[in-house]
Amino acid sequence: MITGALIVVISFAYVGLLFAIAYYGDKRADAGRSIIANPWIYTLSLAVYCTSWTFYGSVGRAATTGIGFLPIYLGPTLMAALWWYVLLKMVRISKAHRITSIADFIASRYGKSHVLGGLVTIIAVLGIVPYIALQLKAISASFSTILQYPESLVPVESEALPFLQDNTFYVAMLLAAFTILFGTRHLDATERHEGLVAAIAFESVVKLVAFIAVGIFVTYGMFDGFDDLFNKAALIPELNALLVQGGASGNYMTWASLTVLSMLAIILLPRQFQVSVVENVNERHLNKAIWLFPLYLFAINIFVLPIALGGMMHFPAGTVDADTFVLTLPLSGDKTWLALLAFVGGLSASTGMVIVEAIALSTMVCNDLVMPILLRLKALRLTERADLSSLLIGIRRAAIVFVLVLGYVYFYLAGEAYALVSIGLISFSAVAQFAPAMLGGLFWKGGTRLGALFGLSAGFLIWLYSLLLPSFAKSGWLPITFLTEGMLGIDLLKPQQLLGMQGMDEISHCLFWSMLANIGLYVSVSLWRRPTAAEHSQANLFVDVLRHVAAGSGSRFWRGSATVADLQTLLGRFIGPERANESFAAYARSQGIDNVEQLTANAVLVHYVESQIAGAIGSASARDMVASVVVEEPLALEEVMTIIDEASQALAYSRQLEQKSRELEAATNELLSANQRLQELDRLKDDFISTVTHELRTPLTSIRAFSEILGDNPNLETTQRAKFLGIITRESERLTRLINQVLDLAKIESGAAEWHPSALDIREVIEDATAALSQVYKERGIELTMECPGGLPVVYADRDRIFQVVLNLLSNAANFCDKPESRVRITVAEEDTALRIEIADNGIGISMSDQNVIFEKFRQVSDAVAGKPKGSGLGLAISREIIQHYQGRLWVESTPGVGSTFAFTLPLPRSKMAFLAA
Amino acid sequence: MALFLLGCLLFNYPLLSLFTGDTRIWGIPLIYVYLFVAWGVLIGAMALIIEIQDH
Repeated sequence: MITGALIVVISFAYVGLLFAIAYYGDKRADAGRSIIANPWIYTLSLAVYCTSWTFYGSVGRAATTGIGFLPIYLGPTLMAALWWYVLLKMVRISKAHRITSIADFIASRYGKSHVLGGLVTIIAVLGIVPYIALQLKAISASFSTILQYPESLVPVESEALPFLQDNTFYVAMLLAAFTILFGTRHLDATERHEGLVAAIAFESVVKLVAFIAVGIFVTYGMFDGFDDLFNKAALIPELNALLVQGGASGNYMTWASLTVLSMLAIILLPRQFQVSVVENVNERHLNKAIWLFPLYLFAINIFVLPIALGGMMHFPAGTVDADTFVLTLPLSGDKTWLALLAFVGGLSASTGMVIVEAIALSTMVCNDLVMPILLRLKALRLTERADLSSLLIGIRRAAIVFVLVLGYVYFYLAGEAYALVSIGLISFSAVAQFAPAMLGGLFWKGGTRLGALFGLSAGFLIWLYSLLLPSFAKSGWLPITFLTEGMLGIDLLKPQQLLGMQGMDEISHCLFWSMLANIGLYVSVSLWRRPTAAEHSQANLFVDVLRHVAAGSGSRFWRGSATVADLQTLLGRFIGPERANESFAAYARSQGIDNVEQLTANAVLVHYVESQIAGAIGSASARDMVASVVVEEPLALEEVMTIIDEASQALAYSRQLEQKSRELEAATNELLSANQRLQELDRLKDDFISTVTHELRTPLTSIRAFSEILGDNPNLETTQRAKFLGIITRESERLTRLINQVLDLAKIESGAAEWHPSALDIREVIEDATAALSQVYKERGIELTMECPGGLPVVYADRDRIFQVVLNLLSNAANFCDKPESRVRITVAEEDTALRIEIADNGIGISMSDQNVIFEKFRQVSDAVAGKPKGSGLGLAISREIIQHYQGRLWVESTPGVGSTFAFTLPLPRSKMAFLAA
Repeated sequence: MALFLLGCLLFNYPLLSLFTGDTRIWGIPLIYVYLFVAWGVLIGAMALIIEIQDH
């Protein structure tokens, strides 16, 4: 027989053990050797998800809906597959911004909004209260069950004992005390509680072991394994029906909505946020938890159905509450110690949940609800108080007591009307309202504060109306007509058949309507208004958190003035002076500065202080507090101009660079072409030398050959001898001419030539030239005509040179005329600024390609018709140099087969009068 | 992500309806066996993916 005293002793011993673990955990954390810094402990702490709902309630649920208890665990498994995208993001964001609760998270996402944070807190508190009531109910029920067994197997209808005689009240107060001792011993900027997490992980082990022990006892002790158990159950018609989903387990709609609810709950429940995000030591732990946590859920659920079936077969229908099977089955088998183990397991499931939930809620209530209001109340002059840390702790402790009292009150009012799971689902539906603002905020930059506010409010109101109030009505605290006839007797307003919608269970019904309103308003209101600058910048920080690994903190556009001492004092007021000192020292070290005095109060430091304070009082209030010491100067017009100026200078500089680079490119191109030109010239020089050498060698060879003949044959005939001597003489003359021309050209090109300019009558020069060549022309039968108007102005040039040019052109013309009726015509004309002399022939003409090259040295037109060229190939080159020396032009126009026209100009003196006067 | 979608498919109507009925494996109703096996497989697959990524 178990006495009350034994149970109380065991309970206290267990709680004492938890304390020891927590104390040890904190010690180790202070020593820098964390015992919770591994993925296994992290996973076990996540298992705070499994509360007495799981421990007792699942069996109860299985007893009424068969397999229907499972979606609550399948949902989290599915969500775990998405943790890599969702939870990782939440962890990163929370670490970067020192976010300590889900209210803080949502408020921070939508531009650090007080209103939103407050609303989320209210929803969370009201939503979670039933859940806490559930735990209280479970503890008190298990207590009375184990104490009074076997007398009171049937749940006693609540007779609403005065609370002083109700043990549940004492349980609640005990838990409150325990939570306060655990969670609010001191204030830390990070809000992390290593010892607590260690204790929670231990509790997860205890409840798993206890539950599996009971499961094994039922399956293998009372029955002969799974098949025996199921076979026996199949013989009972009601139980057989339970085993088939779609039978007693309700429809697929319920199944799907429970899955969705639990998916959302696993990330949105305040306690899950606390353990999975806030208490996360290292985001790598998330990896293992992704599969380890579902495995835990899997393990704790294997024996749910066997225990439920065993209980229903063992006890006559209706004599024992299915929620207590976990206790009553061992008791009925006289396994007292197993029953006690189960009791401790249930206790650990409940206490774990209540402690973490109460801490999470108290942080929210303090940071997002109470502090913003207190700081606003100027009458309290809070902003002038030196040390607020004790006040903060006080508020949190009060909040913990407040939450537990609320839980007790709910239990007192409505608790008896529902099974454990149904109460829990009310809470799940409430926190599911955070989903649009939360998930939307994580993945959609367009979500705005107003959208979140409207969506949350609408979803919350619908939840209140269709789930929470009906739960009061069912317990008789509201008239039951509220349920059956709708508010004010209007049918369409029946809370659980809104607008006449039927055929859904209450949870699906609430989920459908609240989500419709919530998501609908969130999206439509967000789209209606553009996000403000603050919302926009937060949205970017949140949505792209995985991209900015080291999210830049301070903006360079921050202008403000504050002293380091001010900031340190401010921080000290919230987390205590010693911790503020440590914090500043740590910051100084991270900046590579030896002591705090050398710190400068720049944007980065201000941001650091803000995030530290955010840990204590929430991001929205932190911003206000920091603003109170930091005189944030709005950017003056001048400064804006400076910034713009800098920007435009940078722009101009970049343009200059661009320009320079373009110039450089052009220079490179020039160099390149110059180089090519040089190479070309080099090649030309080589060509020139080889050509000159060749041209010199031909006459030399000829002279030498004939000289040798004369030398070797002294008896040569006189006529022959005279002929050979004649050749030698001609070749020598040709050689001399060639050398003269080469020297001539070299002189002209190098500018060393001597020029003897004089006033020149061009007609006279041409006549002289024709006279000189008249013999040649006569011999070849070429008709030479000249058109030269009288009274031509004189030009000023070297007579001999011009003569040389005309002679050269005339002899060329003669050389190209080989037809019987050849004509060469010389035309002299006066133009505006120059005299033009044309020498046209009707010879073979020059092809287009040759026209370009004949003025180059040693380039001669040679083709089949012209035969072997007769000149040296230097005549035209020299002529062009001469004409160009006098700023004239020498060119050729020619049509092959018709004839060629060589023309040159000689500029007239600028003023004839001036010249004459000279 | 793919596993999430697969899980959604496996744990919902209409696939689920395939396994309702009176069939039994080792004396255990099919739906019960199916859900736990599918669940186990899903966890195994997640573990596999995560551990492979880690190494």
